[in-house]
This record gives sequence, structure tokens and C-alpha cells, in this order.
Amino acid sequence: MNTFTNLVLAAAEEAEHSIEYGDGGIFAEWAWLLVIVPFVAFVAIVFFGKRLPRQGGEIAVGAMAFVFIYAAILFVINTVEGVVFEHSVEVARIGSFAIEWGWVVDGLSSMMYLVIGLLAFLIFTYALGYMEGDVRPTWFFAAFTLFAGSMLLLVSAPNLIQLIVGWEGVGLASYLLIGHWWEDKENSSAGMKAFYVNKVADIGLVIGAFVLAIPVGSFRISDVLDAVVGNSGDIEAVAFWGAALLFIGAMGKSAQFPLHVWLPDAMAGPTPVSALMHAATMVTAGVYLLGRMYPLYAEMAAEARVPVLIIGTITLIIAGLLAVVQDDIKKVLAYSTVSQLGYMVAAMGAGAYTAGLFHLWTHAFFKGLLFLGAGSVIHSVHSNNMSDMGGLRKPMPVTFGTFVAGTLALAGIFPLAGFFSKDEILAAFNYEGYTAVLVIGVVGAFVTAFYMARTVFLTFYGTYKGHGRPHESPRVMTMPMVVLAGLAVVGGWVNIPGLYTGFTDWVGTRAQTFAEHHAESFDWPVVAIGLTAAFLGIVAGYFLYYRDEETQQARDSFRIPLLWPLLEHKYYLDDLYMNGIVTPIKGPIARFVDWTNSYVLDGIVNAAGFVTRALARFVYQDLDQRGIDLALNGVAYSTDDLAGRTRLLQTGKVQQYAGATVIGAVLLVIGFVVFG
Amino acid sequence: MGWFDNGWGLSLIVFLPLAGAIGLLLTPRKNEAAVKAISLLFTVATLVLAVLMAFRFDFGNANEFQFGTSLTWIESINSGYHIGVDGISLPLLVLSAFVTVLSVIYSFNHWPEPHNPKGFMGLTLVLATGMNGTFVALDLVLFFVFFELVLLPMYFMIGIWGDKAIMKIPGFNREAETRLYAAIKFFLFTLFGSAFMLLGFLALYFKSGEYGTRTFDIPALIELAPNFTGTFAFLVFAALFLGFAVKVPMWPLHTWLPDAHTAAPTVGSVLLAAILLKLGSYGFIRISIPILPEMAKQWAPAIAILAVIGIIYGSLACLAQTDMKRLIAFSSVGHMGFVMLGIATMTPVGINAAIIGMVAHGVITGLLFFLAGSMSHRYHTRDMARLGGNMKIMPIMGGILGFTAMASLGLPGLAGFWGEFMALFGAYSPLAGLNTTLFRTAMVLGAIGTVLTAGYMLWMLQKVNLGEPSEEWGDQHFHDVDPYEMTAWVPLVVAIVVIGVFPRLVLGATNDAVVSLVTKAFGG
Repeated sequence: MNTFTNLVLAAAEEAEHSIEYGDGGIFAEWAWLLVIVPFVAFVAIVFFGKRLPRQGGEIAVGAMAFVFIYAAILFVINTVEGVVFEHSVEVARIGSFAIEWGWVVDGLSSMMYLVIGLLAFLIFTYALGYMEGDVRPTWFFAAFTLFAGSMLLLVSAPNLIQLIVGWEGVGLASYLLIGHWWEDKENSSAGMKAFYVNKVADIGLVIGAFVLAIPVGSFRISDVLDAVVGNSGDIEAVAFWGAALLFIGAMGKSAQFPLHVWLPDAMAGPTPVSALMHAATMVTAGVYLLGRMYPLYAEMAAEARVPVLIIGTITLIIAGLLAVVQDDIKKVLAYSTVSQLGYMVAAMGAGAYTAGLFHLWTHAFFKGLLFLGAGSVIHSVHSNNMSDMGGLRKPMPVTFGTFVAGTLALAGIFPLAGFFSKDEILAAFNYEGYTAVLVIGVVGAFVTAFYMARTVFLTFYGTYKGHGRPHESPRVMTMPMVVLAGLAVVGGWVNIPGLYTGFTDWVGTRAQTFAEHHAESFDWPVVAIGLTAAFLGIVAGYFLYYRDEETQQARDSFRIPLLWPLLEHKYYLDDLYMNGIVTPIKGPIARFVDWTNSYVLDGIVNAAGFVTRALARFVYQDLDQRGIDLALNGVAYSTDDLAGRTRLLQTGKVQQYAGATVIGAVLLVIGFVVFG
Repeated sequence: MGWFDNGWGLSLIVFLPLAGAIGLLLTPRKNEAAVKAISLLFTVATLVLAVLMAFRFDFGNANEFQFGTSLTWIESINSGYHIGVDGISLPLLVLSAFVTVLSVIYSFNHWPEPHNPKGFMGLTLVLATGMNGTFVALDLVLFFVFFELVLLPMYFMIGIWGDKAIMKIPGFNREAETRLYAAIKFFLFTLFGSAFMLLGFLALYFKSGEYGTRTFDIPALIELAPNFTGTFAFLVFAALFLGFAVKVPMWPLHTWLPDAHTAAPTVGSVLLAAILLKLGSYGFIRISIPILPEMAKQWAPAIAILAVIGIIYGSLACLAQTDMKRLIAFSSVGHMGFVMLGIATMTPVGINAAIIGMVAHGVITGLLFFLAGSMSHRYHTRDMARLGGNMKIMPIMGGILGFTAMASLGLPGLAGFWGEFMALFGAYSPLAGLNTTLFRTAMVLGAIGTVLTAGYMLWMLQKVNLGEPSEEWGDQHFHDVDPYEMTAWVPLVVAIVVIGVFPRLVLGATNDAVVSLVTKAFGG
């Protein structure tokens, strides 16, 4: 146990709702298995997967089942007694800084383990069906497992270096899986885009880690937060910059404006990947980072929360609007994810730590579910476009039912999961006095309900416009959807103001050290406004997009006049990045640099060579001094001599040259000594 | 094991390859089996001894020279046969012995044209002696001899077995055979640098006479370090800088590198990238900084600036390449930029970063050159526009290429990460007294360089590995990785992973030695 842990324990005893903390016993001590098992599975799949009947998918699902069960045990232990456990193994020292691998079991990480384990287990199972007949299922499951391992490495990190390792590890998995069907250049380019955007954001993460590690003398998160809470060392001077820079990293992974552009393109990957990585878990890493470092943002770097709040708020509304204009069902969900991540980030920025993480929790269930539903539809109709769908309600009843459950949860309809988490965020905006943000949040809620209603009506109502005969997906795919639908309904009941606030305690074990407002009961006006906005959104969607089977042909799609072109071009951000940054660097700038290399730098070198050679000719022919001639031979005439030397060499007298060099060098030195 | 610990072991590591070369000399050229056996035997024996040394090394005293000896050599100039390894040189020595063995094994099935295994192996062995010797020499004359000894075999390797295509010399209306142009350029460039370096060594020698007996002994000169100040020291540092900077190579003295790497036969490129480049950066750490600390500090900002230019410039140049091997060659300019940025910080963090960066670059870029060589051997082209879909044609080779490219772009968890990350970390807080603003700007630019690195590496993968294979290769049969390649590459892959996960393998040796070096040079 380190000092920060002790400090938390001390603070916890004084707290009002004091919790008895345990060390988690043997399960916490062995929690490193959570991280190691997926990596072992990855290696096993790569080497042996092809020989197995399900191409390695069984190893992947087995590993995720283990992670899920283990995470569930940790979660229960934490729920019962609260756990704070941390262990690090030093693998090197560099200067006075330790490089360590380790794992943390506390409320926040237990919650994340459970989300990752549960979602991964369900979605991996779903993928067994979805990826059947794929070109390279073995590699798919290998990379998917690599993702799970990296994500768990990230979440379990007791220090910023390990966090960065896991962080970029999930980025790698994301690159590999977005570009899974790399025969098509578009897919591999989407993977590269995700990697680049995240790499740019990672500059912030990496430098932020430096900024915080230097005054503390350690990369350990607990040491940094310890210093923050105790205000020791010089950390106060850099706290703002450290916090702001870490947030830049979070903006990349959690797809915040203006770095959100990679996430919609990431939909090029297989749908299970979109569900698990680009909706439920990986993209929440940024929110997790804010949560993990929250004691820093709480007070000492409170000013850094201002940009967090602003960026989150911008993201939630601009992405929500973009979701309205998409025809690709996965892109609707992708922009929706960006928008919901905006809610989470804005919540963190507003100082609502628990609300932000609570939304992460509920969102994982219903957005994971919606993606699985979308995948089920795509699996059936062989198209991503809603213009090829319609009327799927009857041939795909399970998909329809679960999708509607997910939609209502996302729209925030009582008593589904999204209602509670979104309401808590809006209530926090209200309590903290961010009225403008509250208004945008409510508008966002309307937009969310609207685009989801649009999606449901375009996909499941009206008449079928695609090819072939749509069919319900196999049970291996529908079962995970049913389970998630159940969670999308009940997942929010773990944090009901005034009734049961278990979630607050689960994730609060480390957050006890800062003050956070927890409402005793619902903020009823906000509840009313939020529900009204969601309801109006659905009603608007119904009027604009509901198609009866008979009148289906009558109306065209609805388009908002002024905003539409702007939205269709995604606010021109992609154009700006492509034409303003990528193309110039890749094209003219790179070519110019290469040109200077060949013509300027090498030009000087070659010119010097030719001049020397000409000079040598002149000296030899006109001055004919044997001594000079001899010296220059070695330098300028080597070209001409090479053939002759080659012949010598091929007789096998290489070593003569080595000996000659040694002797020559020694002679040179002696010469310098004698005459110098 | 007394004999092993007091000089013989180390001498064997240095001279066994040379003995092998002599053995080859006595072997008939026709008897290729004997040529292979001798070269493998001697390089493996060297590696075994080097590994044994690593196991016997006292890591608790990593700052002290171990396994060394000091004998009178050239009495008239008081130059001694003084050798030894400390925590800084040990990883590099092992790396050198390691990569040499892999190069020999790879060669068995990939003899470059003209076919002459005896000559090729002979040169490789001589090269090994030069490389190992440079890392253990503790006398400036001895250092110089080994440093120069490396030059000749490499010159011949490029000149004889290099790329025979005719190239146009840019900007001049002339043509030259690529291998000849590259070989001469490599030779003259390095010679130019080392001429100045030798002058610097001599200046130190004569100056040391003012404080006792004239000496070339590196530890003795380090003791005299506080005396080397002012214009004298400035000029000496400048001279050494030229010698080492050409070898690294640092921008703008790097232009020999793309030509030499691209023209050299595969094994030549591998050894050049994996070991030879490190001789320069090692020289900075072993000689320039401890003997001339005050000047090192004065020059640090300049080194940092050149290093960062190298990172950005090298990465941008990579983006303009069409030749896969030349792209990998240019990537070395950027990667060695990180090494030099680490050194420029003059801090324990930065210099440790430089050494682990050197080792990582050795295994990673070495493997990349192996791959580039094997691919161009099969496709008979290195033009990335014609390649593509390699993952479909040769999935195993494509997979290893993908893995290595990821390592090269500094993916955390693999070897390349630590050097980059820690060099940037060092630049965030350089040695007290250095301009923090300048170094932090360098850090940000270096971090941008990592994005560009990812840019060209992924771009290369997309062009070479992904997509559908062009019709050109449709009806041809390609042989995926053969057993010789596998034997040579798997150890490198393992090394990349192991160093990435467990960096103590390198840092455990270097850290104490580096901390002690920095403390001695710049005070507590």
C-alpha cells in the first residue's frame, strides 16, 4: 500500500457515508490475470487459431468469459466492501524514474473491468456468428483479443507510462480492425486516419505525463494525485498545463471536436468492432482518463475543466446534428456515440464525476446493443444504407424489439438506463449553474431522440427496399442482443437519486477526496424538461419519417434547408485536414525536402567531389609531384582503382587491408608525433 | 574463470572474428561448406562469449570498466591496449555480436552477386572485429584504429556486392554505377569526419602532457576533464563532433546514408544500420561528453537543434520516397535524431534513452533491412508503386514486416518506444543551465516527428502489404519466408518484444553507468 492509498483510507473514514475498505484479498492480488490472459490468448490464436474448428474464435470467447467472470467477482467484492489495491513491479529505472508494470483494483477500475469483460464476452460471442465465412476470422479474433488485453492494460494502469502503453495498444488494435478488410484501400485508409488523429492527440497525453511526472519525481498516478491532494512539491505550478495536455489526449481517443473525425470513418471495420471498441469501451478511454485523474481536475486544475466543458458541449451538439443527416445506419450510431461522449466529457468538465462515469456505464449497454442490432440488420440485408432497408420489423422481430429498447434507452425515456444517466448529467449542469450548457444538453436530448426515431422508422417501418429476403440472425447473435437489451432497461437502476445510489459508491472509492454534489432526490424540473425533449424528438421523428406500408412512396425524405449542406460536408473539417495539412505535407513539402537532399546538400557534396577530382588531375598532370599524387589516389581516384582492388580482394586477401589499415593508422600517428 | 575476467575474454570477443577471417583466408574458395562452418563457428563463439560476459557482468558496479586489461602497446606515444566494458558498452557489444551471427546465418541462403562467400564472409568477420573493438577500446588510438577498421570492409561490401544499376547524379550531367558512387561517398564522408576526429585525439594527447605524461587513455583523460576549457576545448569538441556526427549521421552530414544503405547488399545494410551508426553516437557518450563536459554543455543546444531537424527532415524525406529500401534508410536519419536529442539533454534520462534507442534501432531497423532485402530478392523491384498485396502473396513475411514497422514507429510495448519516449522526456527537463524553452520546443517538434514517423510507416505498409496484388505478380510463384530467414529474424522479433516489455535488459546495465557519467561530468 502506498501513501495515496493511505490518504484515501483516512479521508474515507471521515466521509459521511463511510465505507469499509478492503484490500480485495487474493482476487485483487491475482487481478493481473485479467491483463495477461487476453495477451496469451492473442498469441495462442495467432499460432494455433487456424487449426481449430472455429478458427480461433473459441479461444477468444473463452478468454473473454474468463475476464468477465473474474471482473464480476472483483465487482462484487468491491460492491460489498470497497477495494483499494495497487501493486507495481519495477522493470527498469531510468535516471531516478522507475518504469513499472502493475495493476489497480479499485472502484473505478472494477467498474471498467466489468464493462469491458461483459461487453467483450457478449460481443465476441456475437462475432462468432457475424464473422462466419469471413476472409480471415483467425486474425480478426486475434486482433480483437489484442484489443481487449490492451484495454485492460490501460484500465489497470497504476502509472502513466503503462496507461500510455495500453492507450496506444488499443489504438493499434483499432487500426488493425478498422482496416480488417484491407483489400479495399478505403478501409485501410480509415484505419490510418484513426491512427494518425490519435497519434496527434497522444502528443498531448505524453507531454502531459511529463509535465506531471517531473515535479513529483514519479509516473505513478497515485503519487501524482497524492501530490495534488496534499499540494506538495511544485505540482501546483504545472497542474493546469498537465491537466489540459492530458485532456488533449482524451480528445483523440474519446473523439471530441475537432478530433472526432476519425470515429465515423472507423465504421469501415466489422460491426462487432464498432460495437465493442468504437462505442462501448475504447472510445470511453478518454473519459476514463479524466475520471482516473479526477482529483487533479477537481480543484487544483479546476480551470482546466473549462475547456473540457466547452469541448464536450460543442461535441455533443455538433455530432448529434450530424447523426441526423446520415443514411448509413452505422454512421448514425457513430455520430451518436461522439455526441454521447460529448455528454460524458461535458459532465466531467462540469464537475460531475459520477454522472460522467454513470453515462459511460449505461451508454456501453445501449450503444453496444444498438450496434449489434445494426450489425444484425446489415448481416441480413448486406448493406449499411437505410435507403436499402425498411419494413424489417416483421422478418427480424428480435432485432427490432431489442433495437427499440436500445433506442428508448439512448433517447432517455423513463425508466430505461439512459434516462437516469442523462438526467444526472443535466441535473449537474443545472446545479453547477451552467445554464447555457444545460440548454444545449436539452436540445441535444431532443436531437438524440429525433435521429434515433428516424433510424428506427427508416429501418424497421415502411416497405423493404433492398435486395433478397431479409431474415432474423442466428441465435448466437440474437442472444447477446437480448442480454444487452435487458441491461439497457435495468442498467440505470443502480444510481437512482433518493432510492439507491450504489454506483456512486462503486466508482467513488478513490474520489472521496474531493467534494462532489450528490442530489438527495431528482431535480424534477430538469426531469420534466429532459423527458419532454426526448418525447418531442420521437414525435418529430414519427411525423417526418414514419411510413405506413401503403403510403410509403408518397413523401420524400425531409431535409433541413440551411444546415443540410454544412452537415453533409461534416462542417468541412475533413476537407480542411486533408487539403490543409495532410496533402501538403505528403505532397509538396515532402518532395521539397527530398529535393533539397538531392540537389542542395548532396549538390554540395558532389560538387566538392568533382572539384577535388579536377584539382587532383590538375596537380598530377601539371605539377606531377609523386607525393601528392600518391596521397590523392586514395581519396579522389578510388573509383578508378576499385576494379583493381576488387580483383585483389577476390584472391582472398581481405585481411591484408585490415592489417594495412592498422599499420597505416599507427604510422600516421607516429608521423604526427615525430614531426608534431 | 580468471583468464576470462582479466582481459582475455574481452580480447577474444574482439579478435575471434578476425581469427575466423584468417581461417577463411586459408580455406579454398571452392569449399563453401567450410567457409560457412568457419564463419558460423567464430561468430557464434563470439556471441556465446559476449552473452557469458553479460551473465558474469557485475551490474552493481556497472559504472566501472570490467573484464578489462591495460597493456603497453605503442610505448613511444604512450598508447596502451586498454580495453574494458561498462554498463554503457555492454548492451552495444552484445548487440553487435548478436546481429553479426544473424547476418552470417541469413547470408547462407542469400549470397549477393558476384557469388563469393569466402570474400563476403571474410569482410563480415573483419567488420565484426572493428565493431566489437570500438565498443571496448579505452584508448583513443585503439578506438581510432577499430573505428577506421570498420570502414574498409563496408566500403568493399558496397562497392563489390552493391546495387549495379546506373544512377544519374542529381544536378550534374553525369552518371555512375550506384554501388561505386555510394561506396566512395560513404568512404570519403567518413574519412573526412575521422580525419578531424584524429586531429582532436592528437590535440587531447598533447594537451594532456601539460598535466603529466601525455596520454591517449580515455579514463585518464576523463580525470583531466576540468582542465579542458576555452577555445582549445571548443575546437577539439568541434573536431570530434565532425567525426562522430558523420557516422551517426546527423543532419546535414547524413547524405551518404541513404545512398550507402540503399546500394549496399542486404547484410551490409543490416550491419550498417544496426551497428555502424551506433559507433558515432557511442563516441559522443564515451568520449566527447566525459572528456569535454563543459563544451558538451555549450554545444548541447546546437546538437538538439540538428537532432530535431534530422527527425523532421528525415521523416518528411521518407514520405517522398518511392523505393522501399531507401525509405527505410531515410528512417534512420529520423530515429538517430531521437538518439542525438537524448544525448543533447545531457541528463541521465536522455542518455539512457539514447542507448536503449540505439539498441532498439539496431534490432528494428536491422530487421527492416533484412525484410527489404528478402522482398526485393523475390520481387526484383523495390518500387512501392509496383508492390502491394504482399500480405496475400507472402503472409508470413508481410506479417513480420507489419510487426517491425509498428516497432519502428515507436509503438509502446515494443523496443522502439523507450528510446523515443524517454528522449522526449529528457528534453522536457534538460540539464540545469540549458535553455529549457529551446529543449521543450525540440520536444514538441520531436513529438510531431513521431506522428510523421507513423505517417510514413503506415503509408509504406499500405502500399506494400495491403490491397490486392497487382496483376504483374498474378501467375508467379513466391516463396514465403525460408528457414534461414526464419532463423535470422525470429531472434530479432523476440528481442523487440522482450526489450519492449522488459526494458531492464538494457537499462539495467546502462542506468548506473550513465548516472555516474553524468554526475562526474556535470556534478551532482
